[in-house]
Amino acid sequence: MSATAWAWLVLLFPLLGSIAIALGFKVLPSKAAGAIGTAAIGLAFVCGIGALLCLLGESPDARHHASSLWDYASVAGLDIKLGIFVDPLSVFMVLIVTGVSTLIHLYSFGYMRSDEGYHRFFSYLNFFVFSMLLLVLAGNFVLLIVGWAFVGFASYALISFWYRRQTATKAGMKAFVINVVGDIGLVLAAFLIFRELGTFEYSEVFAKAPQVFHTNEWTVTAICLLLLVGAFAKSAQLPLHTWLPDAMEGPTPVSSLIHAATMVTAGVYLIARTHVLFVLAPTAADIAAFVGLATLLVAGTIALVMTDLKRAIAYSTMSQIGYMIMGVSIGAYSAGMFHLMTHAFFKALLFMAAGSIIAAMANNQNIDDMKGFGKAMRFTSITMLCGGLALAAFPGTSGFFSKDEILAYATARGGMYEIFTVLGYFGALLTAIYTFRLIFRVLPGKPCAEAQELIDTGHVHHAHPFNPATGEEEDTEVGFPGADHHIAEQSWPMRVAMGVLAFLALFAGLVQVPGVDETITKFLDPVFADSPLAAIVPSVGASWAGLAIGAAISLLGIGIAYWLYIARPETPAVLIQRLRPLHTFLVNKWYFDELIDILVVKPALAIGRFANRTFERFVVNGLVSGTEDIVGGSGRLVRVVQSGFVRSYALLLLIGFAGLALYFLLSSS
Amino acid sequence: MNIEWYIVLSSLLFAVGAMGILIRRSPVVILLCLELMLNAGNLALVAFSRMVGNQQGQIFAIVVMVVAACEVVVGLGLIVAIFRRKLPLDVDSLRELRG
Repeated sequence: MSATAWAWLVLLFPLLGSIAIALGFKVLPSKAAGAIGTAAIGLAFVCGIGALLCLLGESPDARHHASSLWDYASVAGLDIKLGIFVDPLSVFMVLIVTGVSTLIHLYSFGYMRSDEGYHRFFSYLNFFVFSMLLLVLAGNFVLLIVGWAFVGFASYALISFWYRRQTATKAGMKAFVINVVGDIGLVLAAFLIFRELGTFEYSEVFAKAPQVFHTNEWTVTAICLLLLVGAFAKSAQLPLHTWLPDAMEGPTPVSSLIHAATMVTAGVYLIARTHVLFVLAPTAADIAAFVGLATLLVAGTIALVMTDLKRAIAYSTMSQIGYMIMGVSIGAYSAGMFHLMTHAFFKALLFMAAGSIIAAMANNQNIDDMKGFGKAMRFTSITMLCGGLALAAFPGTSGFFSKDEILAYATARGGMYEIFTVLGYFGALLTAIYTFRLIFRVLPGKPCAEAQELIDTGHVHHAHPFNPATGEEEDTEVGFPGADHHIAEQSWPMRVAMGVLAFLALFAGLVQVPGVDETITKFLDPVFADSPLAAIVPSVGASWAGLAIGAAISLLGIGIAYWLYIARPETPAVLIQRLRPLHTFLVNKWYFDELIDILVVKPALAIGRFANRTFERFVVNGLVSGTEDIVGGSGRLVRVVQSGFVRSYALLLLIGFAGLALYFLLSSS
Repeated sequence: MNIEWYIVLSSLLFAVGAMGILIRRSPVVILLCLELMLNAGNLALVAFSRMVGNQQGQIFAIVVMVVAACEVVVGLGLIVAIFRRKLPLDVDSLRELRG
């Protein structure tokens, strides 16, 4: 079988799974729904491996294939195909998406077990994976937009999954609206590309672009900036990032799947996919890199003070995606994609561990209330520690190799790009501190009530779950699964998923050790070979020097966190007291929500109010009632003739005919 | 005979029919007057047909007769219906279609 055939199968299975579960929700027992969902994604993963093996069997230069099922629209000059594009980059993404998703489905199998919306959940989840796969496999910009929008919708549906929760539905809407802003950017970019190049197909666009555009010409810069709007919205970069922390209202597997492993990486994928355009528009690429850098620092600082467990991890996600965006924008393509992969592993794992703890806390996500889960949940805490070490780039773990590779590239590129190295290492320090802040506050210490109950009785019981954000009581029909709590200790699918991810988080970095194997660089090389930036390769010595600095910074960060939260637990309070304004500033997330409120929401509301109260009342109503008056008035005039007397009609008829006859007689003579 | 006589007779018949429609109020009489006007037209058609020397006008007259017969059927049917519902047989008092 060819690589494209495998790729079509990759798309087919999740779609079938989604439809089958959605249509069969009445007949299927809930276990079957979960099994179908998991199996569908598992099969997609197997097909992804099939595609990979096909590609590996070919010479590196021939590893790109386009295939299409049929034409969407074929009119003058426009030929849109339902086509996919299979190359190492898309296969790499397919493997990450399906691989991590399979594990997350497995985790959800246990986590959502007693939720009333079990079928709905798995149907959405499969649909989400399908959309994401469509996004990464699309062979032209039109299909990319379709996948892009599907992902946005799936994300909305899953964030608002517990739809009786006000906070969840609002978060879903926020995510959707901000994603649509990104969609608009992407659509406009596609229009511009079509206007300039006359095609939507990837292969043709990327072949034509270097001949049509001059470097830094305004059109190509505009295209890239519009693409960036899409990428920033999807990947939660400044200033379109505010939806991601709010999206933590969804069930934890959703946070794990969408907001860590797959959806938010779409922007990184987009930039890597369109790197040909970004090479032609270095200004746009630099803007992207600086936004990535800003995001990683802003999100890192916010994560330092967040007291909501999942939100803190969400800010960490933003920060790590900042690294990836920075990487693929400055030219460290394979390093960026490598970080995307390792991040998918350890972030999915961290969310799973957090979900396990949150389940034990009956949905309470506040780390101030958590303590001593290390004793109560040994398995969860060990895996969480693995994820935390990888995130903090502890020497030898996966995050260690991937993050430093981006920074080593920035150094090798030199000049202005050294800024990225320096601030990137500062971000790494923040990462290590906030990661171990979470771990040191949640795992060790004297167990809190829930943890103690877990140690004593082996289970926790909360009769009345409530929404920690608002305090309102949860509707157990569509809300949190009642008195049952699904924590990883008690269910084998969850343990398997977390175990595999913990292994990958620790050891996946070994596939790409500088100077030793560099598997991923070699695999992705053909995709990026046409970029002049790919020729810059940090020397092995420089890479190892970078790794050494990274290791030192990581250990320093962990040390600081240990000193702050274990050795001298009273220091954070003192620090907060001393730096009160800074703390307030960070707790309020740099006031981004308020800024957007003032800049966008308030003016939009004012315009709406004006439209409603003034424009609607005077202009629109005036037009409507004016038209009505004209029609009614002329009707009243004509009514007089309609007397109802048959004979008067006959008289009019005769007079009319007589007049006509007279006219013709006179005109003929 | 000269064609003028036929035309004059036809015009007279037509005028009588039109006048009858305008001044009479009984639907039956109005129907009769309509027939009169149609046949005035037929007369003119046949006369011209003779004058020109082909049969087209005569055929057309027969068609007009068929149409007239249909029209009478409908008209009489209407009159009978009005009669059955005990409405006045007077076209001036049947003016529900007043605008």
